[in-house]
Amino acid sequence: MSTIVLLIVTGLGLGALYFLVAAGLSLIWGLMRVLNFAHGAFFTVAAYTGFFAAAALAGTSPWVGWFASLVAGTFVGAVFATLTEIALIRPLYRRPVGQVLVTVGLALATLALVEGAFGADPRQVTVPPWMAATTSMLGAAIPNTRFVVIVLAALVLFGLLFFLRRTRYGLIVRAGVENRDMVSALGIDVQRAFTLVFAIGGAAAGLAGVLAATYYGTIDPGRGTAMLISAFIVVVIGGLGSIAGSALAAVLVGLLQQFLNFYAAAGVGDFAVVLLLAVVLLVRPGGLLGGKSA
Amino acid sequence: MNAGAEVLLRVENLRVSIGESQILGGVSFGVRQGGITGLLGRNGVGKTTTLRGILGLLPRTGTVTLAGESLTALPVHEIVRRGVGYVPEDRDVFAGLTIEENLRLTERAGSEHRYPLVYELFPELRDRAAQLAGTLSGGQQQMLSLARALLNASNRILLIDEPTKGLSPVVVKRVAEALQRAAEVTTILLVEQNLAVARHLVRDVVVLDQGLVTFAGDIAELIDDPALARRHLGLSAAGH
Repeated sequence: MSTIVLLIVTGLGLGALYFLVAAGLSLIWGLMRVLNFAHGAFFTVAAYTGFFAAAALAGTSPWVGWFASLVAGTFVGAVFATLTEIALIRPLYRRPVGQVLVTVGLALATLALVEGAFGADPRQVTVPPWMAATTSMLGAAIPNTRFVVIVLAALVLFGLLFFLRRTRYGLIVRAGVENRDMVSALGIDVQRAFTLVFAIGGAAAGLAGVLAATYYGTIDPGRGTAMLISAFIVVVIGGLGSIAGSALAAVLVGLLQQFLNFYAAAGVGDFAVVLLLAVVLLVRPGGLLGGKSA
Repeated sequence: MNAGAEVLLRVENLRVSIGESQILGGVSFGVRQGGITGLLGRNGVGKTTTLRGILGLLPRTGTVTLAGESLTALPVHEIVRRGVGYVPEDRDVFAGLTIEENLRLTERAGSEHRYPLVYELFPELRDRAAQLAGTLSGGQQQMLSLARALLNASNRILLIDEPTKGLSPVVVKRVAEALQRAAEVTTILLVEQNLAVARHLVRDVVVLDQGLVTFAGDIAELIDDPALARRHLGLSAAGH
């Protein structure tokens, strides 16, 4: 029983990280039809920013350093994404090949720069002592970082749903996911919504970068790319453009990976996720909740 | 076009090509202030393309002016904000949004919103405000699409594309009544295949053929002359 509880909570934690990366990808695709391969770069740069922000505050309370890393990583993720949209994506709207090339190029360049500047080896992250500890739940010793990641991802999910359902810009994004030309034909500057969606996606990816460091206890330049691949799978399974779909798919993928990697063999869970992707594409090509942005 | 009347919208030498195909080869016409001007022609002659070209939804050359102000270089949303409302052929309501959200999305800052008029014309939109637009019938979706265009009082002209297409006779009658009422508060450029409806509503008419204007003038002049109607519309008006 304790093993199952541990696997569930760990799977949910992993799913939470996938969701944070996938949410932005999904909204960006849904509204702008941009496949953003640079999303992992936002994650990586934010993770390193958080690491150095915490290191700069090493003499203070570990909680202060951790919060600072969270804020700095999220902020840098948002700024990096906004600049990417303005400088690289905007000149290439309706040129999908150009977008793919420029975002792949940015991802590769960022990875090379981070490796060049900080090395390819993982770096140990310092977290507050409470997070390094475990909490007993139904006989399972659950690392507290799992709870932190799950709670923050849930807050982001509710925040995004509130934004989409209760604000004017959320309304514009939901409408734009359906038909952005018609949004323009109502007199709405959909370009602003594009920038906003990129900023929100970048902020979520940045938060994921710092939380992944908390979750794994280390940072390394390649994790953003690995996370991006899983996030793309989550987005497709959940339905392109659907936040709720991304959340649902992230939980499914996280749990499936954890359970099968543990009970079958290492790697089986990852294979099963790709199999699930194939089944969804065959049976329900639009994804589990495709076409419903909120 | 009647001489001396004030022209609200003027289109000059509008050319639109999609891929290798030239759809409009230099369309020029004016729309008088007030009332309904019909844009007629056979299927595939470029009526929808003309409306989309005016709005900037398609790459085009030529000039478009509204009350003397050039719209040509403006992005779509700015053209709309200058006072050009649009009702597309396929209605294009946002299926995942409720009726109320579709209307709220349309509200423009700095414009009065004609909710009383909209709900007087289409009371079911108020009664079903929380219903998803995607679950409405075709006729109700058309009403919502018209309501969106009518909502902002700052719209000086509405470009309306085949509003009666595919609707039952009862709904066609209601839509025609709504258009007549709308024409009391704004100017309309109407693409309409239903000649009976057009004849009832329209004052001036512009006829397109092969991407060019072949007739512009009073609709009675066109429809009441079988030879003219046959030549420009390819049919006998008596048959409609």
